Amino acid sequence: MVNMVDASPQVAENISAAEVPEVELYHPKSYWTKYIFSQDAKVIAIQYSGTAIAIGLVALVLSWLIRLQLGFPGTFDFITPEAYYQFITMHGMIMVVYLLTALFLGGFGNYLIPLMVGARDMVFPYANMLSFWIYLLAVLVLVVSFFAPGGPTGAGWTLYPPQAIMSGTPGGQQMGIILMLVSLILFIIGFTMGGLNYVVTVLQGRTRGMTLMRMPLTVWGIFTATVMALLAFPALIVAAVMMLFDRLLSTSFFMPALVEFGEQLEYGGGSPILFQHLFWFFGHPEVYIVALPAFGIVSDLISTHARKNIFGYRMMVWAIVGIGAMSFIVWAHHMYVSGMDPYFGFFFATTTLIIAVPTAIKVYNWVLTLWRGDIHLNVPMLFAIGFIVTFVNGGLTGLFLGNVVVDVPLSDTMFVVAHFHMVMGVAPIMVIMGAIYHWYPKVTGRMTIDWMGRFHFWVTFVGSYLIFFPMHYVGLVGVPRRYPELGDATFVTDSLHTLNAFISVAALIVGFAQLVFLFNLFWSLRHGKEAGGNPWRATTLEWQTSETPPIHGNFGKELPIVYRWSYDYSVPGAPEDFIAQNDPGPTKEEAAR
Amino acid sequence: MAQTSDQVSAAAPKRPGGWLGMVADWSSDQRSFKGVSWGKAMMWIFLVSDTFVFGCFLLSYMTARMSTTVPWPNASKVFGLHIGGADIPLILIAIMTFVLISSSGSMALAVNYAYRKNRQATALLLIVTALLGAAFVGMQAFEWTKLISEGVRPWGNPWGAPQFGASFFMITGFHGTHVTFGVIFLLIVARKVWRGDYDDGRRGFFTSRRGHYESVEIMGLYWHFVDLVWVFIFAFFYLW
Repeated sequence: MVNMVDASPQVAENISAAEVPEVELYHPKSYWTKYIFSQDAKVIAIQYSGTAIAIGLVALVLSWLIRLQLGFPGTFDFITPEAYYQFITMHGMIMVVYLLTALFLGGFGNYLIPLMVGARDMVFPYANMLSFWIYLLAVLVLVVSFFAPGGPTGAGWTLYPPQAIMSGTPGGQQMGIILMLVSLILFIIGFTMGGLNYVVTVLQGRTRGMTLMRMPLTVWGIFTATVMALLAFPALIVAAVMMLFDRLLSTSFFMPALVEFGEQLEYGGGSPILFQHLFWFFGHPEVYIVALPAFGIVSDLISTHARKNIFGYRMMVWAIVGIGAMSFIVWAHHMYVSGMDPYFGFFFATTTLIIAVPTAIKVYNWVLTLWRGDIHLNVPMLFAIGFIVTFVNGGLTGLFLGNVVVDVPLSDTMFVVAHFHMVMGVAPIMVIMGAIYHWYPKVTGRMTIDWMGRFHFWVTFVGSYLIFFPMHYVGLVGVPRRYPELGDATFVTDSLHTLNAFISVAALIVGFAQLVFLFNLFWSLRHGKEAGGNPWRATTLEWQTSETPPIHGNFGKELPIVYRWSYDYSVPGAPEDFIAQNDPGPTKEEAAR
Repeated sequence: MAQTSDQVSAAAPKRPGGWLGMVADWSSDQRSFKGVSWGKAMMWIFLVSDTFVFGCFLLSYMTARMSTTVPWPNASKVFGLHIGGADIPLILIAIMTFVLISSSGSMALAVNYAYRKNRQATALLLIVTALLGAAFVGMQAFEWTKLISEGVRPWGNPWGAPQFGASFFMITGFHGTHVTFGVIFLLIVARKVWRGDYDDGRRGFFTSRRGHYESVEIMGLYWHFVDLVWVFIFAFFYLW
């Protein structure tokens, strides 16, 4: 368990001098600049997380409505087919962009990057503050679309043209699609401001002794995901601008010649496939933008709670970077049924299967980290293990869908829905929950209520499987996605209806368990027991701050100096089962004795 | 802001050159790009991201142009001017391109004088750059007016594929917006230089960080990028 390089830490003299003099922090003078228009990354992180979770609750309610319709079709009059399309569209868009991306990068990124790399704050606190406010504006525009005439867009979260801007689609010829696209453009502008901050802070703002290869994997995951987002979001912003022009200026970028209700539309000569390419050039990296921070965070949770160094740290880093790079050349596997050239599909099937290799390396390394570890089944650890299992499950069905011939019959069925909910819905959300339970003591200074956490985990974990395992079967039978009702097709049996109702009941129960989670977070704020500075006895820098919660500027008068990597758990001969990153170890005299 | 390049500690240990140097820098602590300030690193990374934006715009335009079944208007005729009894193809674009490339020259000179802390020359050259940029945007406005008066619209034009007008307004509009923002920031930086903000380290109005002459160079990075993008737009939209 001894890492050959880092177990014998550098002696203090070998740490190079500070290259960058300390930068003055902005000192807030009033309540407003301290807590509202704050430039402190930690406050911004909480603002980001709070907004993301709030809009996520909307998505949760929408998922209930979706399941109510699917499980008990015809029972609820207000869920018309149009409303159903609006629900699935908004549920998908909110979960992928406004919750997962914002929470992982804006929330965890802001809180953890400066603390974990030993910086006082992000490098550009002002731009960081703007990032949040523009994100909030994007969320508000999204919320406004619910109250706009015609309601939000019902084009599906992929917003495929031509249907996205036509009158047959809810919001297509009303405000819905316009507000959606404006909101996305705002989100990307806001994200870019924050993203530049995260990247530059990691590259140029580390403390003395913190090399890239000593960073916790959490930082590696968030950093790589941010770089990817800065390169993938441009495709989405371009697609959004072009579709906005198609809708508002009657250009025909994506619109072919069309006849609607017997009437020839003004459009002609555009390519809907072009939109699909642009969308998925963003959309596939987006999957990993959500997954990589989860990979990083879960590595740290497992290592900390199994009291063991992460297995194959360097491999883990290179796997993150490799997945990030590879994810830019797999996008067209979302488009096998778009009529593309079979050779094109062959190329993308190959890259898709190759990207499973670094992913599998990561899974092996997590399991090998657990192997013979001193596993503490704390709530964060439960969620981490839940993640591994769920991710493997979801990943395996990905191998089915990555192959052209297997994908074609499965395309647009509930099997796909079950697949991506397992792999990029449930799995990353498990990590988010584990991470919140893990870092809550640092953010608030108090522990969460343990039994509520365990209850939350078991209901969520078991419940998710009760929802999504049967859903694979529903898809294999042939039920298409995005249909509000099954109708009278011959393959639809009575048992299929029963199964759908069962899934819906499970979904409602899992949804309510999340309310226990939220209650726990608010209740523990006052009533949780005092956590102390380092309740999990972890090595990384955020646990070594002099104050908990950390004050503005993060560390005391002196920035910490890093002497070792972030995974010195259970080092033989050490007085405790962890050695903090800023622990210089015994002096020469002590070692000689 | 204290982390500027000319304040890097002089006692930095010797580092190997070439590939070994790059590996050494990336495996070192604190900074992966040695001697590069935060602001400069941020601008470079932003420009990479912006490259992807323009790349997507141009690729989309090329796709539209290649897949349309209607003939594409002849650029050298559309963008020609009738001057003194002769039709001169692409003359306005040639002048616009010349003006914008020249502004890159004055920008480079401004950066040079900024590091010599020559306030007057720097401010003057920045204003010259801004004026050239403004002239470019002005000529672009003229070009738009001319084409609109000839019947070019985002949804159609008299000569062929409707995607011509759509791509034209979108791409040149997006680039023109970049130039306009550049002009505004050039004027702001010129004012700061003129007032001596970078000599006495006056704090920025919004960020409350101390100004420094390096800001001129960072401004220059953005400006040169906008010029470079124009070269690609020129090549792919006007010459193709």
